[in-house]
Amino acid sequence: MPVVLDADRMARSLARIAHEILERKSGPGDIAEVALVGIRTRGVPLARRIAKSLFDIAHHEIPTGALDITLYRDDVSSHAVGPQPVVRKTEIPFSIDGKLILLVDDVLYTGRTIRAALDALIDFGRPKAIQLVVLVDRGHRELPIKADYVGKNVPTSATQSVQVHLLEIDGRDEVEIVP
Amino acid sequence: MKKDLLGIADLTPEEIYLVLETAEAMREIGQRPIKKVPTLRGKTVVNLFYEPSTRTRTSFEIAEKRLSADTLNVAVAASSVLKGETLADTARNIEAMSPDMIVLRHSSSGACHLLSRICKSRIINAGDGMHEHPTQALLDAFTIKEHKPRFEGLKVAIVGDLAHSRVLRSNALLLTKLHADVWVSGPPTLLPPGIERLGVHVTTSVDEAVQDADVIMMLRIQQERMQGAFFPSLREYFNVFGMTAERVSRAKPDVIIMHPGPMNRGVEIASDVADGPYSVILEQVANGVAVRMAVLYLLAGGVEDEAAA
Repeated sequence: MPVVLDADRMARSLARIAHEILERKSGPGDIAEVALVGIRTRGVPLARRIAKSLFDIAHHEIPTGALDITLYRDDVSSHAVGPQPVVRKTEIPFSIDGKLILLVDDVLYTGRTIRAALDALIDFGRPKAIQLVVLVDRGHRELPIKADYVGKNVPTSATQSVQVHLLEIDGRDEVEIVP
Repeated sequence: MKKDLLGIADLTPEEIYLVLETAEAMREIGQRPIKKVPTLRGKTVVNLFYEPSTRTRTSFEIAEKRLSADTLNVAVAASSVLKGETLADTARNIEAMSPDMIVLRHSSSGACHLLSRICKSRIINAGDGMHEHPTQALLDAFTIKEHKPRFEGLKVAIVGDLAHSRVLRSNALLLTKLHADVWVSGPPTLLPPGIERLGVHVTTSVDEAVQDADVIMMLRIQQERMQGAFFPSLREYFNVFGMTAERVSRAKPDVIIMHPGPMNRGVEIASDVADGPYSVILEQVANGVAVRMAVLYLLAGGVEDEAAA
């Protein structure tokens, strides 16, 4: 199984994303309007890591939340068989009104998860803007959605699966392609 | 999950925990500025209530609306039942309009099982006679879980009208499945035969039941279901079985007091206990919405046994 990102390169990708975020938000006070929202499951630890990098570089605490998109999926009602996907808690302990929300997920694929996340976020208020941060963009979009910050572009075929392992959940940092 | 939620008897401990965990996520929706998610868009839920109910019906309706289902309430007093239609025929007629779920409250035990056999829609039992009231037991469990670290070994005293109570049956089934230590107490005339088969300790002494209890659950005296003289007077009932501050003091210092409502103040529970610091009665009502959202969501999915069929 080819490894496309090991722990070291993952750390560097995330650090680069943090720098890019600061670069685009260079004006004074700008960073104060930034907030991170991770999509469950693996977007949440990624959002926390980016928040930590931003704190280390800019010494500013970025509010960070967790979003569960299960209740906004477009396929909930069409499951003919099988149990419902497990719903977990959404925790956004700050107002998103007027903020620049950086939505964080591990893999960008069809874009349907992001579509659901946008709907979910907008139920919480009216952010000034929403931008998308992903660790891996593997292509094959089914909706007109594009990431603003990408850790790594990984060309894949539709039959392959991209698996992201994170220390906080899986005990190691690694991205691999499973045929 | 199975096709229907007819009773706690059909649920495994894993399914019970799944409902409680899903309810945890659902509760957050009720704290948002926009208290609505699109999950059950396009699903139709019929609330068919053959018995008066304020709390349960309102709770189900709010839960359905927060999940964006289309809901309609059949007010049975004003319906064709008065013209002599049977429950089965009413159900077939409602089913002909293809709803996705039917929430049924009925005065006959087993009414939901009848519907389950003849309907393709998912059936949720909102209380059938003296049989079961599963969503009440689930919301009670959710409330207990918020206050107590675990169910194993928890002493739960259930006191009151044991004979007529579907809340007792569902709660006793659920709590014993999760290995709580359940004690029930009430007048001997209101102890149904065979109650100990539920796996509970039975005593006619309320003081014994509440001694060192972690949870006290009161049951309503259901005068509308009583056709005989089960005790001399309500005042005497209160003296012997009513929950007073003095009795509560026998329980653990962090005891919680529950009541499924509607309360008869001064009959099964003293007002100062119902409104006192140990009471979680209004929390139960609030939690009811989250638990019912969880049940509606989980039942809207596929059915495992159908996949095999």
